Amino acid sequence: MDWRDLQAKLAGTGYISDPDLAMAIAMTERLQRPILIEGEAGVGKTDVAKALTEILGTELIRLQCYEGLDANAAVYEWNYQRQLLAIKIWEEEKLSADEKEEHVFQEKFLLKRPLLDAISRETPPVLLIDEIDRADEEFEAFLLEVLSDYQISIPEMGTVKAVSIPHVVLTSNSTRELSDALRRRCLYHWLDYPSEEKEQAIVKARVPDAEARLAGQIVRFVQALRREDLEKKPGIAETLDWARALVGIGAARIDEDLDETRETMMCLLKTRADREQIAPEVFERLVAKAV
Amino acid sequence: MSGENHNGGETGGVVALARHGIQHDHSPLVRKILRFARHARENGFPLGIEEALDALHFADQSGILDRDALRWGLRTLFCSSPEDWERFDDLYDSYWTYGGERTILKVSGALPRPGGGDTVPSAEQLGLGGNLAEADETAGGASARERLEGTDFRHLDSERDLQAVHDLAERLARRMRWRLSRRRRVRARGRTIDLRNTIHKSLRHGGTPLELAYRRRHPRPLKLVVILDASGSMSLYSTFFIRFIRSIIESFAQADAFVFHTRLVHLSAALREKDIERAVERMAVMSAGWGGGTRIGESLTTFNRHHAKSVINSRTVVMIVSDGYDTGPPEVLAAQVKKLRGRAKRVVWLNPMIGWRGYQPVAKGMAAALPHVDLFAPAHNLESLAKLAPYLERL
Repeated sequence: MDWRDLQAKLAGTGYISDPDLAMAIAMTERLQRPILIEGEAGVGKTDVAKALTEILGTELIRLQCYEGLDANAAVYEWNYQRQLLAIKIWEEEKLSADEKEEHVFQEKFLLKRPLLDAISRETPPVLLIDEIDRADEEFEAFLLEVLSDYQISIPEMGTVKAVSIPHVVLTSNSTRELSDALRRRCLYHWLDYPSEEKEQAIVKARVPDAEARLAGQIVRFVQALRREDLEKKPGIAETLDWARALVGIGAARIDEDLDETRETMMCLLKTRADREQIAPEVFERLVAKAV
Repeated sequence: MSGENHNGGETGGVVALARHGIQHDHSPLVRKILRFARHARENGFPLGIEEALDALHFADQSGILDRDALRWGLRTLFCSSPEDWERFDDLYDSYWTYGGERTILKVSGALPRPGGGDTVPSAEQLGLGGNLAEADETAGGASARERLEGTDFRHLDSERDLQAVHDLAERLARRMRWRLSRRRRVRARGRTIDLRNTIHKSLRHGGTPLELAYRRRHPRPLKLVVILDASGSMSLYSTFFIRFIRSIIESFAQADAFVFHTRLVHLSAALREKDIERAVERMAVMSAGWGGGTRIGESLTTFNRHHAKSVINSRTVVMIVSDGYDTGPPEVLAAQVKKLRGRAKRVVWLNPMIGWRGYQPVAKGMAAALPHVDLFAPAHNLESLAKLAPYLERL
């Protein structure tokens, strides 16, 4: 797929992307390699996978990483209840322990978790491995093995080879350094906060009820707010929430009723420290600059 | 990389290309991309022949391409971290736009030669430059003990003494690790049943789970992060601590270190240096300040803002080694230490001056930070450091 087509198609799903991101995704398709997308929280990393899924008309398999995520939760697990039942049922039959073992370790007793599931589909799905930096290093090493060979070995059964190679998207907030090996395995894209024009386009696409003037003020305000010294900078989702909130209360401009606008700041400022940081006079200065 | 290697790399690349069925091995673009790959590698980008091949495939299949598209494509292929990403555009411009192959940033092995840069202070100047050595002689307790372990680091002067202390420090660091890992093993006796192995074992008894298998808790080692003050008032101690930190880093599975004087510097790259002398020197050079007072509060602010998120987890012990003489406002320091404590498991403040007779933490910064510190301990000799091991073990 040409990257220009891809960019247009992404826009068609409501995902406004810069051309370089479209290029990166086009390349992952061409080279059949995973893509690692890094960036601050709320810049739309996860949405890339969702939009790609929609374009390809396939399924999204999502693996949310967390500390302590292990192979049981990510790859496969034996269905112990069914195994126990099966053993009970076969109790009467004269089977040796070895034969029974062979019986209970078959594919029908296997619970497929996201990774195994993703490589055993006929049509390649999009596999989203979200916030990989939260998982432990051991898991990362394990994942690398899966992403390099697209096969998984199950001691009781042997090696399961991929039926098709999924489209893999990894995201990271860089809370932890990822291993060089995993980084090198992936194509890379750093996703930054959107430019003013891009964010305008996003608001227009996602909150069509917001009029152009209001949308412009919203985006300029948020862009300026991101330059303030905040603990949690507002992401795109926050901008959209705020736009919806303002549209919801019927505001036509953000400086129409300053008190009311200030009430809605909870959409953008999510910690107490940040709310204190943006004191009324700071808030008014930002509003004045945005209108 | 030597001159021959440059040519070898390119020829090797073309041979590999032929093997991968890329025909036009003499097209200027192919050669230019290959040379750019080499250029990027020399500038610290983690590239192999595989990446170069992917780049050519990409150029080949896209049937090139406007300039921007080539840039985006190569960037996606060649970068693998935010740092790479940030540097890429400059590197790309210098190569493609200006045609030069001048090296923008040399990241690896860029140790300034001791004799080369005359503005760069040596480890000796930094560490043993002794402007305080005479002045504080009396305050330090004149009776230096016979045993090396009890000797204040300030009183070690001969090369042999230093060597002996470093050996001890290394042994100590190793002992600390050993204790910690032993503790981990004992704690690892998990009580959750491992169903997979229980079922395996039950088959022998016709499916009755007579023997239960237990799943062990995955050991979660402590992580150690050291933040070292390398300011003038600490200079007598900093060479020693830099070596001690290095031993710690080597023996702990997870450890990290930062040095500050007027600004904060991440030491991990220098710590990976194999040759200890070089490593020590490199760290000393990196932490060299440019005049002005020690800014502990400010350095910790930088740490909290840019590094804490990626370096500290809930099992991290943060060890601040400093005398607490801060030229910034004490409230800033107090607030930052408090913040740090909120993230980490423990904050330990090691102050070499506690070992001095009659020392009271009167430095304003020190006094302000004290309420937010879990352990405030001396660190002026090996004995005092050895006492830390049991504390860490209990965590």
